[in-house]
Amino acid sequence: MKRLFKYLKGTYLGLLLLLLYSPIAVMIVLSFNQSKSRANFSWGGLKWYYELFYESPEIIEALKLTLTVAILATIISIVLGTLGAIGIHACKKGYATMLMNLSYLPMTMPDIVTGVSLMLMFVFVNTYVYFPRGFVTMLIAHITFDTPYVLFSVMPKLKQMNPNAYEAALDLGCRPMKAIVKVILPEISPGIVTGGLLAFTMSLDDFVISFFTSESNNLSMLVYAAAKRGVEPTIYALSTLIFIAILILLIIINKRSDLESIS
Amino acid sequence: MKRSYFSGPYALWMVLFTICPMIFVLYYAFTNGDGGFSVQSILECLEPTTIRVFLRSVKLAFICTVICLILGYPAAQILASKDFSKYKLLFVLFILPMWMNFLLRTYATMSLLERRGIINTILERFGFEPLTLIGTEGAVVFGMVYNYLPFMILPIHTALKKMDTRVIEAAQDLGANPLRVFTRVIFPLSIPGVISGITMVFMPAVTTFAISRLLGSGNFMLLGDMIETQFLEMHDWSFGSALSMFMMVIIVLSIGLLNRIDPSKGERSGNW
Repeated sequence: MKRLFKYLKGTYLGLLLLLLYSPIAVMIVLSFNQSKSRANFSWGGLKWYYELFYESPEIIEALKLTLTVAILATIISIVLGTLGAIGIHACKKGYATMLMNLSYLPMTMPDIVTGVSLMLMFVFVNTYVYFPRGFVTMLIAHITFDTPYVLFSVMPKLKQMNPNAYEAALDLGCRPMKAIVKVILPEISPGIVTGGLLAFTMSLDDFVISFFTSESNNLSMLVYAAAKRGVEPTIYALSTLIFIAILILLIIINKRSDLESIS
Repeated sequence: MKRSYFSGPYALWMVLFTICPMIFVLYYAFTNGDGGFSVQSILECLEPTTIRVFLRSVKLAFICTVICLILGYPAAQILASKDFSKYKLLFVLFILPMWMNFLLRTYATMSLLERRGIINTILERFGFEPLTLIGTEGAVVFGMVYNYLPFMILPIHTALKKMDTRVIEAAQDLGANPLRVFTRVIFPLSIPGVISGITMVFMPAVTTFAISRLLGSGNFMLLGDMIETQFLEMHDWSFGSALSMFMMVIIVLSIGLLNRIDPSKGERSGNW
């Protein structure tokens, strides 16, 4: 009886996985299809992969933009968010609560509202000084929604810290700057890594906010445009490559640490 | 230099790029095309066409959330159970799709549901009539469930894993049957996770426009579509801003409502 239950549970999980993975599996299979048709499959080798790398400059451009924005936004939001967390932690209570609430705002706001509001502001600025919607505006938008994630990952680590450690360093003649680097930073670094990873994935995945704040396509915007046009097997090839990359990355992370701490 | 000054750049950035843009939304919502004060756009939000779109968005998001909860809760429970929690990779498989770009995921569902897509091809092979799948509300709900299911499983799983198993054993020792253990002990203790899951599914579902545009083939509008259309096609920024404000109000109200149910106010079982 107990065994039967175990099998039933396993079957249930298997069915859900089937639901979650069948579209991805279909895409992987179709990326090797000879024709564009989805009804017939005949082996076409790496045809679409070749086209992806050599004949689709716009996809490669979008990939570059996505990665550049994600890396820059992650670095800047790590700096802003970590400094912010250290600052807020040392603030008076009223001011700290106000700043924390301010940080919740972009996280609870629907993406579309964030995107639209930033777009309105960027367009307004552009009427006075030349400020086109493109790389810079997208970067600003990404930093804005990334930074709270860093802040909220670092904050708990600061709270867990022994508050006397920093004071002790100062009493022993350490300059404040050095005390922060030598005492506080090592303690909060796991939080910084978690926050940075979150920020990076958020940035890679973003569609809605980028869609409104930029006119140059990132990967999501490109896929959206392609999806509206119809079948494009190069996108299947791209998805397959991205899927494999993420799979490998996650298996490595899972080997190294407890995944739940970063998920 | 005081340490609290470190929050300066952060505070400045957040004010400049979250508060200021919101002021623009407010400004456009309460003005007409010439820049004069007007509540016309606000009133437009209360017209029957808008209300219908609003109700449809809430309905679809609600159905999606319920399905995610019904499918996701047992999955989270099984994954957290003794028999299965040792397979860590299994859990990874469940949350892996979260890391895959959500448009790619939606694009993948399109290839399943399309007129000449995989499901219809298989049906025709077996001599059945092809179904109209894409362009229906069902397709949109399917796309939402497919996209957001991991976001339901993850927080519930976290809440169940954190649970003190001795409490469950105590209930069993005191003679509660499995159903009673679940309804009186396990489920109430997992409510913070459930609430966090509902938030993570309902919020993006009620505001989406890409999923409904791609899987609904533009056959019907959701609130997100309507906002997008106002800004990028109709160029009616005033009405678009009013709708955005309207959406903010819905989100704030539903978060408030959910927090009232949450017994552990404040200490939410985290999303990460």
